[in-house]
Amino acid sequence: MSNMQIELPKDAFSRVNTSSKESELITRPGITFWADARRRLMKNKVAMLGLAIIIIITMLAIFAPVFSEYTYTKQDLANTNAPPSREHPFGTDSHGRDLWVRVWVGARVSLAVGIFGSIIPGLIGIVIGGISGYFGGKVDMIIMRFIDIVMCVPNMIYIILITIYIGTGPAALVVAFALTGWMGTARSVRGMILQLKEQEFVLASRTLGASPANLIFQHLIPNTLGIVVVSMTMGVPSAIFQEAFLSFIGLGIQPPVPSWGQLANLGISVFRIYPSQLLIPAALISITMLSFNLFGDGLRDALDPKLRM
Amino acid sequence: MAKYIFKRLIISIITIWLLATVSFFLLRALPGNPFQTEKLLTVEMQERMMAYYGLDRPLLEQYFTYMKNLLNGNMGYSLKYTNRTVNSIIASTFPISADLGLRSLAVALPIGLALGVASARKRGKAIDYICVVVAVIGVSIPSFIMGSFLQYAFAIKLKILPVSQWETTAHTVLPTVALALSLMATLTRVMRASMLEVVMQDYIKTARAKGLSEGRIVWSHQIRNALIPVLTMLGPMVTSVLMGTFVIERIFAIPGLGQHFVNSITGLDYTMTMGLTIFYGTFMVFANFLVDIAYGIVDPRIRITK
Repeated sequence: MSNMQIELPKDAFSRVNTSSKESELITRPGITFWADARRRLMKNKVAMLGLAIIIIITMLAIFAPVFSEYTYTKQDLANTNAPPSREHPFGTDSHGRDLWVRVWVGARVSLAVGIFGSIIPGLIGIVIGGISGYFGGKVDMIIMRFIDIVMCVPNMIYIILITIYIGTGPAALVVAFALTGWMGTARSVRGMILQLKEQEFVLASRTLGASPANLIFQHLIPNTLGIVVVSMTMGVPSAIFQEAFLSFIGLGIQPPVPSWGQLANLGISVFRIYPSQLLIPAALISITMLSFNLFGDGLRDALDPKLRM
Repeated sequence: MAKYIFKRLIISIITIWLLATVSFFLLRALPGNPFQTEKLLTVEMQERMMAYYGLDRPLLEQYFTYMKNLLNGNMGYSLKYTNRTVNSIIASTFPISADLGLRSLAVALPIGLALGVASARKRGKAIDYICVVVAVIGVSIPSFIMGSFLQYAFAIKLKILPVSQWETTAHTVLPTVALALSLMATLTRVMRASMLEVVMQDYIKTARAKGLSEGRIVWSHQIRNALIPVLTMLGPMVTSVLMGTFVIERIFAIPGLGQHFVNSITGLDYTMTMGLTIFYGTFMVFANFLVDIAYGIVDPRIRITK
């Protein structure tokens, strides 16, 4: 310990002119939760890269077939299994169909099934999970036991059953995904609603006379939206995968309409001789799933307040 | 504990009964009959086949017959594999699928969890980025693509491993790796996220403050607590892996259970689909039950017996 004492003269300090009113003043504009999340998402380079790739693939899916002289069914039997060239950027298949057009028409199908096959079950899950969590008691028990039972069987069995019943095709697949895919979301939404409904703002709203529907849709569900949006984004790659898988085993999209899974399935039969016919759809499936996963990861980080530091 | 197990057992039996009932009537609601797909059979012959298997009786009578047989553990004859019972088909193909599944899990579980832990502990460092990238690529490449490429690279080009079939240990390598990669990637992601959550908890600071060694902190405080979400996932994961995966089995020509899941439904093989559904469901219920018990062991705060 030193005995040295620092001399601090009184006139070295001066009073900062503050009043209690000014210190309470908000100097910066308030930022909403979503604006904050967007800002953090924009800073995440990997997520933005994922988003950029998704946009490029979507644009190509929309416009590439329009600006090509070929159609996805037009056969040219004199020019089958051609390697990639200036005329056919991805080559041709065993019927001489232009693979560039087929791949991008397939992208329309795969992306549409992937996106709607994730959003629609997500929405159903929100509604059912919301009802189950809010009302609790018997309703909750019946819905949860139902989910428990249905989840005991692999999804694939239901999807195949439904496609046998209502036929195959992009719309049928989306219906099948919608009927089988809502349970995970319903469970997690229910869990969150159970926590949220005990909080004060719900009590306040109820005291002010809000109806159950109003409470569920105005107060409870918006608070669960962050996690649901993330799970929907993460659901897109798995829906794309399921479509690819079903088409790959011949149960999904039926020829001549192409999808990525089906193109991969056709490609695998000639894989050893013409590897590019499998490589291209396989690479596109993987890149798209990767981009959605990267974007979903970024979105989760942006929406999770616990990760703020 | 005994009371809890008893209660769970009752709930499980009710679950499986409901499952069997729902799938029974759902399957019968499908258009067509099992013998329609074989084009050689005339309508008259189809009807005789239906009568032979008792499928022309009233639906409720069939249901009660099926349930009675099911109680005796008899799931009937397959409608597609002549003279083979569903039990014998499951008994001969399940061990193969389970073998492949166990091998993949034995590879994926330790590596996946280790990568997850390493990644979370070195958050933001090079090793974290490598693990995250490997994991996200692993979950983004569908198994049928991974399987085809492994087969092409190692069996066709390099010729160091057999292309397909299920005979020697060398035959098991490629399918095991193809299956294990995606499992590993999923486990790494879940374990990393869970570890990151745990590392920030106050009790980790307490553990450090009271002077525990880093090894103790990691093993008995962080990993143990981080395992809970992994356990939740493990029930369905182990079930689906042991029950066989259609694509891997098809690519590598493995005579496992996975193919029957798809083939029996598309062929409207009622008894086979029913048998597989019930088998899968029972397995899943049992796996989830074990997971619930494991919760209590990993985290004593979770008391399953209230």
